[in-house]
Amino acid sequence: MKTAQHLDKLVALIPDGATLMIGGFFGVGVPHRLIQGLASSGRKGLVIIANDTDYPARGVGKLIEAHAVKRLVASHIGANPETQRQMLAGELEVELAPQGTLAERIRAGASGLGGILTKTGLGTVIERDKLTVKVDGETWLLEKPLRADFALINAWQADYVGNLTYQLTAQNFNPVMAMAAATVIVEAAEIVPVGTIPPDSVRTPGTLVDYLLERPS
Amino acid sequence: MTMSPKEIIARRVAKEVRPGSLVNLGIGLPTLVESYMPPGTTAFFLTENGLIGIGAPPPPGMENPDLVDAGDEYVTAVPGASSLDSTTTFSLIRGGHLDLTVLGGLQVDGRGRLANWMVPGKLVAGMGGAMDLVSGARRVIIAMIHTARGVAKIVEECTMPLTSVRPVNLVVTEMAVIEPTSEGLVLRERAPGVSVADVVGATAAKLIIPATVPEYALS
Repeated sequence: MKTAQHLDKLVALIPDGATLMIGGFFGVGVPHRLIQGLASSGRKGLVIIANDTDYPARGVGKLIEAHAVKRLVASHIGANPETQRQMLAGELEVELAPQGTLAERIRAGASGLGGILTKTGLGTVIERDKLTVKVDGETWLLEKPLRADFALINAWQADYVGNLTYQLTAQNFNPVMAMAAATVIVEAAEIVPVGTIPPDSVRTPGTLVDYLLERPS
Repeated sequence: MTMSPKEIIARRVAKEVRPGSLVNLGIGLPTLVESYMPPGTTAFFLTENGLIGIGAPPPPGMENPDLVDAGDEYVTAVPGASSLDSTTTFSLIRGGHLDLTVLGGLQVDGRGRLANWMVPGKLVAGMGGAMDLVSGARRVIIAMIHTARGVAKIVEECTMPLTSVRPVNLVVTEMAVIEPTSEGLVLRERAPGVSVADVVGATAAKLIIPATVPEYALS
């Protein structure tokens, strides 16, 4: 069983320089309270893997604003001028990845695979410095797996085993990221008694989850 | 009745949507296409943040913060909708399960290759899902204004970074419908009141002109 933990205790687990996957898509399905705690903590040198850096004062944008990030892997940074500014100033290293490739690289990391072969990015700037592989006469781009020290996950319901459900478009990267990190920290909209979530509704099995964030007081 | 260029494009693209198909509409101009679908044409719309069956925007006060489209706008889910995580969504997109994507464009070249994700020297937004969509959708239609402040966007070679080397299937502008083929760009249709010479004059790539180039209908 997992007991819900205070925000400060969970943030204290994450050291400077850690690699984090953060779920969400433009503010939806984002673990907002965990990010706020991390942004206020003064952490430096984080490596963030996330779909986007949202808007400046929201979601992952808060970590950018706090200068907590040294390297970013994302598919979209266009809504956050501060990400652009730090990138052009050389304060932040940005690796842009096509969204589907990003998801599948995380899935490869989650699933013990050595990489994925895709057509996406072939013949474009994304191909630069990457291997191409010929299989039965057809050329594919090799994309390497991604893993993280921590995943910060937003869920709809959690129980005290750690089983998770998600709601509508708040799923996005959360289920796959919950499988690709050494330590998985979950911020759920509600924590329910064990047995409340029917087995067929569980999207992330509780064995993958390490910590639950307690309800706001 | 005068129509805006965007409405002309959206109305023409709407005719390409097959009943019962799975369709993705990009942010901006392409999202207008749904408004002009012929009555009775039902298609499922996929948004790359994970929903099949996007419905109309909700009435004020009935928004669900967990139900948005890829442009961060509140939407509803139609009866029969399904929600997906990002790996499933992009498996559908890359795996040949998405019948049609309609996207905006910065440039299309003489081989039908698209550039739509980055303007060198300007803000770097990132490609989001565009590279996967163009590489993987069964059919790719580019819906764009024919020129940018008088500068041709249909060019021999893209000067902006390519989105994919896979040629798009159709380019629809407020002036013309152009089909990339293995022989080159074929001018299939022209907008009402637009001449072949007008289209050629606004295009910087060689166009193959068939004996007849009909005007397209917008009803």
